[in-house]
Amino acid sequence: MNLHEYQAKQLFAQYGLPVSPGIAAATVQEAIAAESELRAESDEPDLMVKAQVHAGGRGKAGGVKRVSSRAEIEQFARHWLGNRLVSYQTDARGQPVGRILLEPCTAIAEELYLGAVIDRASRRIVVMASTEGGVEIEKVAHESPEKILKTPIDPLTGPQPYQARQIAFKLGLAGPQVKQFVGIFMGLVKLFLEKDVALCEVNPLVIKTDGNLHCLDAKLVIDSNALFRHADLHEMADPSQADEREAQAAQWGLNYVALDGNIGCMVNGAGLAMGTMDMVQLHGGMPANFLDVGGGANRERVAEAFKIILSDTNVKAVLVNIFGGIVRCDMIAEGIVGAVAEVGVSVPVVVRLEGTNADQGKQVLAKSGLNIQAATSLTEAAKLVVNAAGQTPSQAQE
Amino acid sequence: MSILVDKNTRVICQGFTGAQGTFHSEQALAYGTQMVGGVTPGKGGQTHLDLPVFDTVAEAVQATNANASVIYVPAAFCKDSILEAAAAGIELIVCITEGIPTLDMLQVKVKCDQLGVRLIGPNCPGVITPGECKIGIMPGQIHRPGKVGIISRSGTLTYEAVKQTTDAGFGQSTCVGIGGDPIPGSNFIEILQLFKDDPQTEAIVLIGEIGGTAEEEAADYIKANIRQPVLAYIAGVTAPPGKRMGHAGAIIAGGKGTAEEKFTALEAAGVTTVRSLAEIGEGLRKLTGW
Repeated sequence: MNLHEYQAKQLFAQYGLPVSPGIAAATVQEAIAAESELRAESDEPDLMVKAQVHAGGRGKAGGVKRVSSRAEIEQFARHWLGNRLVSYQTDARGQPVGRILLEPCTAIAEELYLGAVIDRASRRIVVMASTEGGVEIEKVAHESPEKILKTPIDPLTGPQPYQARQIAFKLGLAGPQVKQFVGIFMGLVKLFLEKDVALCEVNPLVIKTDGNLHCLDAKLVIDSNALFRHADLHEMADPSQADEREAQAAQWGLNYVALDGNIGCMVNGAGLAMGTMDMVQLHGGMPANFLDVGGGANRERVAEAFKIILSDTNVKAVLVNIFGGIVRCDMIAEGIVGAVAEVGVSVPVVVRLEGTNADQGKQVLAKSGLNIQAATSLTEAAKLVVNAAGQTPSQAQE
Repeated sequence: MSILVDKNTRVICQGFTGAQGTFHSEQALAYGTQMVGGVTPGKGGQTHLDLPVFDTVAEAVQATNANASVIYVPAAFCKDSILEAAAAGIELIVCITEGIPTLDMLQVKVKCDQLGVRLIGPNCPGVITPGECKIGIMPGQIHRPGKVGIISRSGTLTYEAVKQTTDAGFGQSTCVGIGGDPIPGSNFIEILQLFKDDPQTEAIVLIGEIGGTAEEEAADYIKANIRQPVLAYIAGVTAPPGKRMGHAGAIIAGGKGTAEEKFTALEAAGVTTVRSLAEIGEGLRKLTGW
């Protein structure tokens, strides 16, 4: 689960990390009130206003601005609140802006990078730091990996100050900066461990013109599997940032990811769902989505899955691929027939059933009288559905 | 021979009296698995499916000499259940549950390694040695005793590989679902090490998917160590970057973990790959000359 910058900074502050005193405003009035409040607290004449969305690349999209007057703040707020921000990290529709964050400006001397991730290969939390702040760390990792300093966190002892000092000196920090960095490092890892963080980035971590370290941006991704033990973080979820169809699917316990093609896919099991998408492409088609209906592919779930798949108007045909293991294929077939009739599916549906009672399942499909083709193999299913999609006019044109 | 489990494996179930534990224990018993009891705290002394129920794993081990445990408890309690089994001297723990926090798994993995306990999963279908022992949720009837070892990050993809190797007449030595989480209890290499020394396993099918670098690491290991022919399939060529594809571990992050990278690494290590998941059986026939 992604957090907004303003939420991440609230958590940073709880763990003693230096962040700007900011106010997240949801309305133009709140933004104007926030200006007065911030000006009373800080001597800094200029403010930064930042659109709050779950995506990077906000600066280039005009979603981050330095402002010096109330009129500018009002203009920024009017422009962005309720609007959608499109950046290189979003899709073409962009992400809705529900809040803007106002902060006093920070006088920057240098930009560093600090982050923490779970490294799957070493099975450790790894803290990374670099003198190359403010740019994409993947780019630095690719072009000059030697500029990224790393230290693993021992699961038994946790983070140790010496690890932070080693990095601090290598970053070229000196004097009080070293102690400040140790504080930031230790706080960040404590936050990581206590809040079940999956990814944390301070990019950039800046050295201000007065020499002090400061967390200018904050990115936190929380492990969704751990939300059951973090009621406070659960409340920070912002459903407006999620894809509507993905959110709808999630309510039914279905895993759905939208893609650009025109062949809808409904599969049981995440790995098989990916494998089915790949089969469609291998036979010259383009999958419209990933969808895992899970183990219990009953009529109700299959019907919901059809509704979600068909809400994408690009879909010209649907491939249902079920490996019936414990669940019998004839039961699944009855569920599919019921769901196709209930939802009123108008595009061709190709079904491949394999596993227990597969033949009985195919008979159920054949007798249904609906526009359902039963395939005898996965390869045949892929060919049939690609062919069907090629012959079907898109729903939008009908 | 086989790996991990056989007809002598004595299995208990944690979360025995719950819906999942009950259903899959019935299936395991019907398959012939040597189930010797189960654990549900507070229900010790009762009988369930004609087997004794214990309050703790330690009591179950003492009374039944169990050496393997399968876990069906909810994700929030899995860390506790795995560590309880490990502390009680269970040698093989198979955790089926999906949705365990990653930080729990970081600690659990360290502890299991320290105690020399093997953990399979979580978020996996389990382990089966056909005709001898089924631990997990896989459909037993598609398997046949035979000579192919199967390792996979995905449940239903494993079933595809099993069905194809059964239909081709090869059968399976042991099938291991290592699970779809970012931090699995056992990775490809740890299972390959076992298949390497198993005389029954004459060929290996490795099924990977996008996310992480476990397949790339396995490729290096195979090149240096594995005597048997290996056939590999990777799911997720069409998966977009930055999107979690069902499994917690199936995500292309920061441009890393693509299917193409994995195919390339495996092919460079001399592993035969198939791009169509329908060609696992046929690919194996060509590779081995069977």
